[in-house]
Amino acid sequence: MPMAVINYGAGNLPNVVRALRHVGADLVVTDDPAVIRAAPAVVLPGVGATADTMRSLRELGIAEVLPEVVAAGRPFLGICVGMQVLLSASEEFGLHPCLDIVAGTVRRLPASAGKVPQIGWNQVRFAPAHAGHPLLADIPDGSDFYFVHSYFCDVADPALVAGTTTYGTPFPSVMIRDNLAAVQFHPEKSGKWGLRLLANFVSYAMGHAGNRTHPHQHQSLQI
Amino acid sequence: MLTRRIIPCLDVKAGRVVKGVAFLNHRDAGDPVALAAAYNEAGADELVFYDITASSDERAIMVEVVERTAEQVFIPLTVGGGIRSTDDMYRMLRAGADKVSINTAAVLNPRLIAEGAQRFGSQCIVLSIDARRVSAPGEPPRWAVFTHTGANPRPTGLDAIAWARRGAELGAGEICINSMDADGQKTGYDLALLRAVAEAVPVPVIASGGVGNPEHMYQGLSEGLADAVLAASIFHFGEYSVAEVKQYLRERGVPVRGA
Repeated sequence: MPMAVINYGAGNLPNVVRALRHVGADLVVTDDPAVIRAAPAVVLPGVGATADTMRSLRELGIAEVLPEVVAAGRPFLGICVGMQVLLSASEEFGLHPCLDIVAGTVRRLPASAGKVPQIGWNQVRFAPAHAGHPLLADIPDGSDFYFVHSYFCDVADPALVAGTTTYGTPFPSVMIRDNLAAVQFHPEKSGKWGLRLLANFVSYAMGHAGNRTHPHQHQSLQI
Repeated sequence: MLTRRIIPCLDVKAGRVVKGVAFLNHRDAGDPVALAAAYNEAGADELVFYDITASSDERAIMVEVVERTAEQVFIPLTVGGGIRSTDDMYRMLRAGADKVSINTAAVLNPRLIAEGAQRFGSQCIVLSIDARRVSAPGEPPRWAVFTHTGANPRPTGLDAIAWARRGAELGAGEICINSMDADGQKTGYDLALLRAVAEAVPVPVIASGGVGNPEHMYQGLSEGLADAVLAASIFHFGEYSVAEVKQYLRERGVPVRGA
């Protein structure tokens, strides 16, 4: 069964789909909550504002499905605003609630960072506790990824921060909690390391689906 | 640390890459999709396709070029040239562009910047400005905005610094500033122009026009305060590789993206 890439009108959806297909993903682009609920893995792309994104996800009936998908242990990848909406709330254009799947608040990059939004390539430093995670396999610590954002995820539990990037302030650029992964950068635009991360996710998702189908068979998550 | 970006720019006409010297005398340098892939492998941080096509038939070819590029090149891609409406923007973004660059159309209708930013986000909208120095020698420098650059540039009456500031206020996410005086001369960017724009706007500034060697890029990023440098012919004709430029910059303490 194909993984679900959620279509709620995010501007980077086509390029996320192209990149996932390029690394061999079997996927369906969907805005159907039933399809998302049934999918073996889910990708939530995103560009733009958290408030708009939350409105779209609610209108489509997807907002209530995502916590279920994550709680069910399905591999989940959030990208950029698709990471930010996982948090409890966002300060962008006035404090408003988000999906509250991960405790924390989306905050504006500090003025001390210089120009906001941050646009360009910046380094991701992996947390030692997460360095061996299959999502990060074969990606050198300190690799550059492409960022376009004005807000960042202030994650309450530092144990979930798998990668950190500095722009004015250190901020979580990779977040991992069991089956849940999210990145602030755009892997679909981050050249070979971005493609590697997506390939790692696809591999992880396929291994996971395999484990669900054949619970007695141990499958390697490495690629 | 946020790195400075090296951006090869490909002028495309009817699906083929050309490069003008001072916007004239175009020479054919190949297939844009193949060149984009080559630049990606060479370490380019971003790519710009500038469509110098005149007819709508040829515009359709550009959409197809963008689609084919987006299938195999996974770094940011900006498309400029001939974008006059948010529907034009949508067509290029849907084809796989990450940003669109607008120039003449924004001068004629500044609301286009705001409409594009509102519909697609500021990060998608690059305001490209062609500027020429109009102050007399000895006067404080002033630059005016021109449109329809090429054989018959038209003055707009706009001051380049004021227009850059206005563009950012309207929602442009980046400003690309091209010196018409320096363009094609290979004598370096107009550093005073770059610096004046960079100090005037809160968004990233891309330097364009006049680069002939890596030292010029270093000057644009240091003295010129640019966040990114655009270059065409020095890369297209193999005078310098992206890796050589990055090595040069790295040795001088400019943060650049590694392999």
